[in-house]
Amino acid sequence: MNLDFSQIVPYIPFMLEGVWVTLQFVIIAIIFGFILGSLIALVKISRFTLLKWLADFYTSIFRGTPLILQLLLIYYAVPQLTGYDISPFLSAILTFGLNSSAYVSEIIRAGIQAVDKGQREAAEALGIPYRPMMIKIILPQAMKNILPALMNEFITLTKESALVSVISYLDLMRRAQVVSSDIYRSFEPLLFVGLLYYAMVMVLTLIGKYVERRMRASD
Amino acid sequence: MINVEKLHKSFGETEVLHDINTSIERGEVVTIIGPSGSGKSTFLRCLNLLEQPTSGQVLVNDEDITNPNINILNIRQQIGMVFQHFHLFPHMNVLENLTYAPMTVKGESKVEAKQKAEQLLAKVGLSEKLEAFPNSLSGGQKQRVAIARALAMEPDLMLFDEPTSALDPEMVKEVLDVIKDLAHSGMTMAVVTHEMGFAKEVADRIIFMDEGKIVEESEPKSFFEKPDSERAQSFLDKVL
Repeated sequence: MNLDFSQIVPYIPFMLEGVWVTLQFVIIAIIFGFILGSLIALVKISRFTLLKWLADFYTSIFRGTPLILQLLLIYYAVPQLTGYDISPFLSAILTFGLNSSAYVSEIIRAGIQAVDKGQREAAEALGIPYRPMMIKIILPQAMKNILPALMNEFITLTKESALVSVISYLDLMRRAQVVSSDIYRSFEPLLFVGLLYYAMVMVLTLIGKYVERRMRASD
Repeated sequence: MINVEKLHKSFGETEVLHDINTSIERGEVVTIIGPSGSGKSTFLRCLNLLEQPTSGQVLVNDEDITNPNINILNIRQQIGMVFQHFHLFPHMNVLENLTYAPMTVKGESKVEAKQKAEQLLAKVGLSEKLEAFPNSLSGGQKQRVAIARALAMEPDLMLFDEPTSALDPEMVKEVLDVIKDLAHSGMTMAVVTHEMGFAKEVADRIIFMDEGKIVEESEPKSFFEKPDSERAQSFLDKVL
């Protein structure tokens, strides 16, 4: 066995810094994706046929093509088409945010539509207007369906974020590659960042479990 | 108070209501009976526009509610509805179930709404369940809360859509008793039901429906003793 973890020790701060760099754009992309996804979900459950069609089309595009393709398209196409020299950071946020919004919109739409139709009818029969009905009656019940799936989406996004290494954004993954080429060893740095990814995902999983328990407690 | 004229309702190609003409007077208790799939529930749901009629008119206090310009929320405030499957709001306790609509829709104060909720719960015999959540209640209790919730809006008319069909047999009576009390208090009511004994006892008028049409409308006594139509006779032979 030819393993020598001592060689990566000097690079540990450099790689740990990658956790923060990754988290930075992942968090922004999650928030961006969540807000946009919620708006798209609202369109999907609305009565505006044309907008609904557009929202479905948008979703199918982002779900129907590889994420890495979307990332490269945005990173290379934006400067070519508009002359604006887009940074890897902005490309990453844009790609992951737009992509995630497509998934989030489906999660929220499905969560809302899974609420028993009778709830809506009962609210309507009482003369409760649309907005308070959605906010106070439908959404609180939909949250039970939405939150676990949403946590899954955030976990997926955190892991997939490693793709941004291909546009030479110095995230956690990219830093492992940089260290590899410095010390001519791949296994040790990859294993090290692997553990860091795992730790991040475990934290998210624990948060998810906690939230689910809280929801079940209110039953 | 309700006038239905030439009401038709189709779901796609299937016509479920065919040329319904009838009316319900203030203070009247009408029960609608008939075989499954005869359009009873759809008819009831057209009265508060949970179903949009395909054609025809539904007049509530002389206002045509099928007119697209009408504010249907205002009309629905005057019409309470009780569903087969209760549809209580599961994330709200009994008190919140009873006070949410009066506070949100009619702008009642919390104190006012709570006071009324307490009175109504006493009336349906569930005073001790004020703080309980729906899923801790039995079916019969849920339905009594659902009736109280509808009454909290102080409606002029109550619609009951098979209110006892989803209940365990031993819980039917407690719900029917509440509905009977309400009938005797002078509330205008339309009740879709399979409980023939109940229909016979409380109804001022029976509407018998089959295949989307009103086959017969008559007083309960004559209806149950000797219905005019053969269809009603064969139906009664099977259920009584």
